[in-house]
Amino acid sequence: MGKVMLEVNDLTTKYITRYNEDVYAVDHVSLQVEEGKTLGIAGESGCGKSTLALSLMGYYFPPLYYTGGEIIIDGRSISGMKPDDVRRTILGTEIAYIPQAAMNALNPTRRVINFIEDVILAHDPTENKKFIYELARASFETLGLPPEVLQKYPVELSGGMKQRTVIAVSVILRPKVLIADEPSSALDVTSQKMVIKMLKNLMETGFIKSMIFITHELPLLYNVTDDIMVMYAGQIVERASAREAVFDPLHPYSKGLMGSIIVPESGLRDVKLTAIPGAPPNLKNPPAGCRFAERCKYVRAECRYTNVALYDAGPGRAYRCILSEKVLRDCYEHERAIAA
Amino acid sequence: MRHTFRQAFSSGKFVTGFVILMGLLLLVILYPLIFRAPPLQIIAQGTFFPPGIYVSAYDSINAPTTYTLNLDGAAAKRVAAKLKDEDRVAMKEWLVVAGVPEDQIDISDAQKLLTLWAENYDPAKQVKGMTLARQRYFQRVNNAIQGLLSTEGAIIAVRQPESGALQEAGAVKQTDYVNISEVPNVRILPLGTDNFGRDVFAQLVRAIGVSLLIGIVAGLIATGIGLVLGLLAGYVGGAVDDVINFITNIFLVIPSLVLLILISFSVGQESRGAFTVAVVIGVTSWVWTTRAVRAQVISLRNRDHVNLSKLSGHSLFRIIRGDILPYIMSYVFMALILQISAAILAEANLSILGLGPRTTDVPTLGLMMQWAMIYQAHILGKWWAYFPVLISITLITFSMNLMITGLDQVFNPQLRN
Amino acid sequence: MSMNEPLRPSAPPPQVGPPPQVGREKQTCLSGTGVTKLFGFGRTKTLAVDHVDFNFHEGEVISIVGESGSGKTTLAKMLLGLISVTEGDIYFQGQKRDISSSRKKQEYWKNIQAIFQDPFSSYNIFSKIDDVLLDCIRMRGGQRLPKEEKVKLMTEACSFVNLKFAELTNKYPFELSGGQMQRLMIARIFLLKPKILIADEPTSMIDACSRATILDYLMKLRDEVGMTLIFITHDIGLAYYVSDTVFIMEKGKFVESGSADAVILTPQQPYTKRLLNDVPKIYEEWDLSTV
Repeated sequence: MGKVMLEVNDLTTKYITRYNEDVYAVDHVSLQVEEGKTLGIAGESGCGKSTLALSLMGYYFPPLYYTGGEIIIDGRSISGMKPDDVRRTILGTEIAYIPQAAMNALNPTRRVINFIEDVILAHDPTENKKFIYELARASFETLGLPPEVLQKYPVELSGGMKQRTVIAVSVILRPKVLIADEPSSALDVTSQKMVIKMLKNLMETGFIKSMIFITHELPLLYNVTDDIMVMYAGQIVERASAREAVFDPLHPYSKGLMGSIIVPESGLRDVKLTAIPGAPPNLKNPPAGCRFAERCKYVRAECRYTNVALYDAGPGRAYRCILSEKVLRDCYEHERAIAA
Repeated sequence: MRHTFRQAFSSGKFVTGFVILMGLLLLVILYPLIFRAPPLQIIAQGTFFPPGIYVSAYDSINAPTTYTLNLDGAAAKRVAAKLKDEDRVAMKEWLVVAGVPEDQIDISDAQKLLTLWAENYDPAKQVKGMTLARQRYFQRVNNAIQGLLSTEGAIIAVRQPESGALQEAGAVKQTDYVNISEVPNVRILPLGTDNFGRDVFAQLVRAIGVSLLIGIVAGLIATGIGLVLGLLAGYVGGAVDDVINFITNIFLVIPSLVLLILISFSVGQESRGAFTVAVVIGVTSWVWTTRAVRAQVISLRNRDHVNLSKLSGHSLFRIIRGDILPYIMSYVFMALILQISAAILAEANLSILGLGPRTTDVPTLGLMMQWAMIYQAHILGKWWAYFPVLISITLITFSMNLMITGLDQVFNPQLRN
Repeated sequence: MSMNEPLRPSAPPPQVGPPPQVGREKQTCLSGTGVTKLFGFGRTKTLAVDHVDFNFHEGEVISIVGESGSGKTTLAKMLLGLISVTEGDIYFQGQKRDISSSRKKQEYWKNIQAIFQDPFSSYNIFSKIDDVLLDCIRMRGGQRLPKEEKVKLMTEACSFVNLKFAELTNKYPFELSGGQMQRLMIARIFLLKPKILIADEPTSMIDACSRATILDYLMKLRDEVGMTLIFITHDIGLAYYVSDTVFIMEKGKFVESGSADAVILTPQQPYTKRLLNDVPKIYEEWDLSTV
């Protein structure tokens, strides 16, 4: 077992809406990411995966509020720090974040090198520009980006190049953990592949030690990550290795999610896609008991009032369902037999 | 629609602007109902009477009852009102020349000063080096302060018709008071009178009404033209768009004020009433609305809901009415308010240049400014002739801009937090 | 991948050659020769669709696959008659398409309908759900039907996609979820029963879990109405999953076309190969070294 780079215990964060209602978008989430590993987070839109990414950085701004739990990056707890301190001492050096539309966040009137200067000077105002330039140039070369990019304006770069540049800028201080939230979803498939290649490269060249990768595209998630966490209505419903999560999910929700994967590979035309009826619960007022009960095929009466814990199911594996592993597997097997 | 209104009224800025505007409107509507005097009637003989309550002197003397009030300091106030500071300094100057030692003169003590004056002043005395004008001045001061310290009342005398001799008819004691409500002729002039001797406040209330009307007419014309042209250019596109764009660009490069001046001038003095001016302002200020509406419509034209409407077999008119207009209505409404406030300013601009409505029956805010300018109210320090007008124009445009800002925050999701 | 192939569905032998329907006579439903769309003029001229030829057969499921900017949506709009064709001809049921007047257009739109990508912008937010469905009844010539008859038709259409009309009546579309809106869109098509349906990325804006539902209803509708279904998509996996025939579009041109199995499993053109190679997969290894 490698060194734990990021450890989160019982993190809970909430949004306060305009009408003063509490929305617990991240509800008692615990996770661990080891050095050299990539953790993937899967789930439908609105399940809290992007909020989790924001919460992990400890960078809270209204309407998002921290309500409990602990975040430990490389042995150092950052929970309870002020946003300003987080920005100065954590962001960029300990943890870096690439939001969904990162490439459109670049100020069009400044050159790429200026953004790098900003990042470095924010942490050490005494650094000289010549040194920064050399550092940036070396980093870009290692990451396979042409150094000419440093002197260009964002508009002069293509979408894929812009996104890779943003990633290079955010890891210039070699953070321990990188959180990538849908880093490639706005790009065409070839650019997406280049971005993914670069992210993998970051880990190999030691720019980052571990990564959290968030996307709604399951085939992509499967290819990028070592472990996958499935979120539903603010909670983790399953955690497993990427392979197990995609091919052998335990939680009925994960099962449905993985059954909706479409890839252009032979034999997959005749697979029946699974559909999950209904919509996720409103988090302003989450139901008692299992939050998936409303949409679950295997729902039992006790599901609706029992608070289901995350059950351990072997190393690195956990799921949130009152049914035992065996019962679930029997259900799935039975269904497969009917379909065939 | 109701939802939109509720949303608009949830914005504090909009409500503030709306309340100010409604207050002005209420004033415009209610004031003429209570005070029925025609606003442009010339009532004063003379120019720029200061603001105040005007009480008929004749009626107050002939008031049915007089009341005796013994008030402390009444005499001092009376003296102070008559004897100004500069007069006291002048008196001291004269007394020093007349040989009174300077340290004996205390100008803050009116009583003593007046006694000294009465003892020493000699109108016939020639002071060396004093101009005749200065001597006359001292004579006038002397006349003004005659009997100032007397505690006697004033005697009212009537002339005998036959003999022409005066006969005492009554006396007004210094402690006599009249109740103003018992005086039949009192006129409140909150803002005094203007150069022609007309009540400025009554005029102002009417002018706000007329200017708002000009603004609304001009704003409706401008928004109407802008909306129609913008919709045509944006939705129909192609050659229609090119032609409308060409015309718009021509109007855009000529400053609208120049255009306004030229049109107003060529319309001629004779036919330039308030309505004509409103129309002229309206037809020169539609350009921005057209551009904005066109841009909005172009972005709406390719939206899927419009495509769906087409696929449902709706006619062009139906699509514009049902799928385009409702989406831009909030924007057009904001543009309308902006046009109204701009038109009020444009009217003021034109009038100051002497190209405003040619009228003697109704005032406008611009005309009031022009009259004040021509009669040099600003140089003479007659603030009441122009300052309230400025405040009114500011208040109208401010309230409207506030409403727009409020609406913008409601309708523009990017500004919403 | 060194691990055992996990749970891979038993793959049928890859089908090379024509799709299954080839046995019977196929009627051409929509076809085009040299269809071109040019935007702008002078220096800003862009060729969005560049002389494409196609032949869509009745009852087929066709996918037009392309990346953003490939011209697939422009082509779809030309097929729908929403934008004019710069050059070339489109034939509908063997006849040259004539949509020169608004009356003829309305006639054409009885035969061809669309479902758009973003359900949230597909509806007029100011009109009620009833209006959307009543429009369809009117288009089928049912405007004079008694009210109960109309309600019956609407209820039937809604229940086809598992919605309850009684709960939807007098509501506005934005009160529904994305998946429900897209289902309502299918209910609309159910009422219209067109010969051709163009679905422009119908599942890209909704959650993966609802995707199967939408696709199922579309397929069910095709079987019920017997219409030709044209998918416009960037998702080559979706194209493979749903369609009989696949057209690959690049920079305004069809670079490859054929049966889904032929195009996806044995691609001939370098562009198709690259596209397939760059899409992340779950059974085959995703080769990152090729970019």
